[in-house]
Amino acid sequence: MTDSTHSAQPRPLWVNAEITYRCPLHCVFCYNPLNYASTFDKELSTEEWVRVLREARELGAVQLGLSGGEPLLRDDLEEIIAEASKMGYYTNLLTSGIGLTEKRIAAFKTNGLDQIQLSFQDSSKELNDFLSSTKTFDLKLKVAKLIKQYDYPMVLNVVLHRLNIDHIEQILQMAESMQADHVELANSQYYAWAFKNREYLMPSREQLERAEIICNQFRERLGNKMKLYFVVPDYYSDRPKACMNGWGSVFLNIAPDGMALPCHEARMLPGLEFPNVRDHDVRSIWFDSHAFNAYRGNSWMPEPCRSCDEKEKDFGGCRCQAFMLTGDAANTDPVCSKSPHHTLITDQVALAQRLNLREDEVKPLIVFRDDKNSRLLSPQQPSPGIV
Amino acid sequence: MSMVHPQPLRLARQYKLQWETTQNAYVLLYPEGLIKLTGSAGEILKRIDGKSSASDIINALEASYPGVDLKQDVIDFLEHAYNKGWITRD
Repeated sequence: MTDSTHSAQPRPLWVNAEITYRCPLHCVFCYNPLNYASTFDKELSTEEWVRVLREARELGAVQLGLSGGEPLLRDDLEEIIAEASKMGYYTNLLTSGIGLTEKRIAAFKTNGLDQIQLSFQDSSKELNDFLSSTKTFDLKLKVAKLIKQYDYPMVLNVVLHRLNIDHIEQILQMAESMQADHVELANSQYYAWAFKNREYLMPSREQLERAEIICNQFRERLGNKMKLYFVVPDYYSDRPKACMNGWGSVFLNIAPDGMALPCHEARMLPGLEFPNVRDHDVRSIWFDSHAFNAYRGNSWMPEPCRSCDEKEKDFGGCRCQAFMLTGDAANTDPVCSKSPHHTLITDQVALAQRLNLREDEVKPLIVFRDDKNSRLLSPQQPSPGIV
Repeated sequence: MSMVHPQPLRLARQYKLQWETTQNAYVLLYPEGLIKLTGSAGEILKRIDGKSSASDIINALEASYPGVDLKQDVIDFLEHAYNKGWITRD
């Protein structure tokens, strides 16, 4: 294939390298696939990552997310950063901070890491530790200091939901005292582990409105000193999000086992065989694979998307959400009020308006993201011993 | 703010400017995104080096494109870039 063949086609601009699904935290809203533990013995090597990043860079990719799991669990992260930076990527590390020592951050700086995004679960030690099922809060505060000390902008990411959204004032006070430059307050999206725990995580409308008011007060007072992004759950909208800016349009996700995906969640979709970077180069994956072309453009769209004048704006929403809620990934995202399945969203939102849900309305326990649960929730694999 | 000022301009610390062959354009990279620049925006931003002031940049551009009155356009763009937080000065 020559470049001219694909000159008019979209190219990947953003690569998200999920270098491991291993993680010391067990967050109840994690978006990693439920069967993440199945990748543990298949992780790409350093050399394979470097090759994949080079192939994507040659296609024009320029933003690189290094994420996971917890990317710090890979002891070759320094090397991957150095190689990616030399290739001309803008390199972002997305981390819980667990394992970020001064030695490592110094090496990242030398090797050209551009940006660190640190996640917090809550402003209170108790809830942070409960939600991630660990004792990590004090450690994260130390890491926040290191990030400042090494002259990185402080980018704080706090996933909001029903159990912590009422702490928004304390969360923002914490951010201010840490001299955060950017604070991303994104409500949990309901995929994977967060979908399992959806009834526990979805805030009420009243909670959202209150949080937004407090957010605006901080914005007015701090202006550009601390930039705030507040993202409401898409369930509260009547038009779907322009998920990934369209399937196979700008975003390329590489899972720890080398599976190439058009988004973080697509692994769940049945009937699509996602190519692996071990078997194919990024160019053929992006342009020629069936999976990356399946929902590209709009010829795949059924009604009501097909005749909708907003189809170029939101691309029919999210394929994974359509699949999870309606059973068919080609359906209109039910968040859209034009979707015949929209009541699946409004019923769930109605449930979230009640303060105390009955036991039969929610699953009895929050499902923590841990290796045992991951193996329990994986589809049964035939045992290699019995062929 | 007035751009005609003797202090040197520099890119804000989260921003990086680079030429992208595949896009045939300069792009401005920053956390969570990128901006593909038009030809003239790229020509202006690539002259921001932490040493040159707005006047230096105008002089350099006028030397490269003799006979064209660029001053106001350059000032307008630099103000835009400053207000967007792409560039700053010490």
